[in-house]
Amino acid sequence: MSSGTFAAYRPILIAIAALAALPLAVPMLVSAGLFAGANTFYNLMIFILIITLAAQGWNIAGGYGGQFSFGHAAFFGTGAYAQAVLQTRYGVNAWAALPVAMALGGLVGAVIGLLAFRARLRGSYFALVTLAFAEVFRILANATPITGGAAGTLVPLRIGFGQMQFEAPAAFFYLALGFVAVVLLLNRLLERSRFGAWLVAVRENEDAARALGVDTLTVKLKAITLSAAVTAVAGALYTQKFLYVDANIAYGAWISVEALLAPIVGGIGTVFGPLIGAVALIGLGEAAKTLIHSAFGSAVPGVDLVVYGLLLIVVIAFAPRGLIGLLRAGGGR
Amino acid sequence: MFRSYPPQIVLEAVLNGLLTGAVYALVALGLTLVYGVLHIINFAHGAMLTLAMFAVLVAHLGFGIDPYLAILPLTPLFFAFGYGLQRFVISPASRNDDGAILLVTLGLSIVIENLLLAIFRSDTRSLTLDYSFSVVDLGFALLSLPRVIGFGVALVVAAALWAILALTDTGKAIRAVAKEKLGASLVGIDVNHIYAVTFGLGAATLAVAACLLMPSFYVNPRVGNAFVLVAFTVVVLGGMGSIAGALVGGLVIGVVESLSGLYLGESLGQIGIFLIFILVLLFRPTGLFGAKA
Repeated sequence: MSSGTFAAYRPILIAIAALAALPLAVPMLVSAGLFAGANTFYNLMIFILIITLAAQGWNIAGGYGGQFSFGHAAFFGTGAYAQAVLQTRYGVNAWAALPVAMALGGLVGAVIGLLAFRARLRGSYFALVTLAFAEVFRILANATPITGGAAGTLVPLRIGFGQMQFEAPAAFFYLALGFVAVVLLLNRLLERSRFGAWLVAVRENEDAARALGVDTLTVKLKAITLSAAVTAVAGALYTQKFLYVDANIAYGAWISVEALLAPIVGGIGTVFGPLIGAVALIGLGEAAKTLIHSAFGSAVPGVDLVVYGLLLIVVIAFAPRGLIGLLRAGGGR
Repeated sequence: MFRSYPPQIVLEAVLNGLLTGAVYALVALGLTLVYGVLHIINFAHGAMLTLAMFAVLVAHLGFGIDPYLAILPLTPLFFAFGYGLQRFVISPASRNDDGAILLVTLGLSIVIENLLLAIFRSDTRSLTLDYSFSVVDLGFALLSLPRVIGFGVALVVAAALWAILALTDTGKAIRAVAKEKLGASLVGIDVNHIYAVTFGLGAATLAVAACLLMPSFYVNPRVGNAFVLVAFTVVVLGGMGSIAGALVGGLVIGVVESLSGLYLGESLGQIGIFLIFILVLLFRPTGLFGAKA
């Protein structure tokens, strides 16, 4: 590994180390009154990491490749349901179910991608068709017996490493962090690869890329497959964390929106964008909820999402390259 | 799986589908108009419809205004709202970049929907009016009076919209901007103003749609989502930007929904719409009436 290569990965390794060290700060954060307890901290962090992973998936096709999907719920949900159904109905071990969930998510991505890209859908049209696919999956999952229908699927609580259910909340935090870390490194690898360069070329000017001999259909297909597989893992982790899925969670529009908001707010088509965006969105959302709760004396639903929407508009208006773009511009180039 | 029904029930389902379809068409008209001129998909369309429906609710419960009379104040109010939204929020925030517009309207939809959720909570509400359950007896079928009125007014609004576009100077300017915005600006048309007028017209049609819906429908903060997906389907089916297409598409989708609800049941009924949506996008993205992309 040349020193140049190491330099490219150094910020990622530092970030991973910093995140891994976070549990050390938990007693301090709790005593400072920022969190009600260690569990509150871990639940929030795990949720942020799961959203980060879903967003990292979106960022591969949407950020690097410029294919704005509004329906990543199709992949998240497939991962979530596969993880739940394989365990409850087919007795598959949780660790063995995870790669299957990932593969199934990737497969769904490949099929939707093949249909959409073969039909030359771009921009708004691609956004709409992905949205429609996610809705079809949601309606089907709500109506077919294998997914538990409208009642959803409950994964039985059986704590044990073999079941991927842990007594200590820190364990699941490290599991989720492990996946996020792998995708952070994978994205840097992608950025520095020939495939990554083709993908960016497709985003910048697809016709020009094709004219220069890039097989744009294959590039886009590979991107959406990888993108879907990563988001499917996020879905599978969601199932393992909450031990329950139903159609509105798994295939709901909320996850499609979170998966695309985080990279856009954080910095589209960048390695750290999804992570920074997820932290900012969920952090600010939680802060707004707490603030309103203490101001009105009771919880007001939707406040966090109002913040999400406003943040999205503000970022598009004033920081089109996301928070990461602001950091770079502010930190002297 | 398929049950067979006596012809009268099927006929009634078709007629009911046409009635619902007219309101779908009205919701889709605003969407297709905005697409035809600004070449953007307004993701906030559904949330704006929800907002309009709550406005009808508040007008009735707070001020005792009948939903049909509420058309008079709400239509200009929503025109102004849409105009302002495009002129002072969407356009400056997105610098008129297509991808950015899509995201800004998505952000707006999230903000509007959740503000409504914060204010009105997630409860589903409806209006009880003297005529809510009145029916029109055609001899061979019974139809709900509010939905028959909705059908009639929706057709009138579509005709009015067509007349505005075809006969007025502003309409001419809108069509000019839709065709060639650079050329339009060169002959002295204020493109930003026309964009905002178009957006305002789209919002105004939503206000009318909301007034027509409320006597027979319910409202909650997420109700617009159901309509917006249907409206997207209508617009895609009819051809993006085509008014006649939106009208026919709306009626077709209304009938498809009604029939698939009859044959597949409530929960699977909606799937027919999305399958049409996907198939049209994949195989004929210009729609049935659209010009070549």
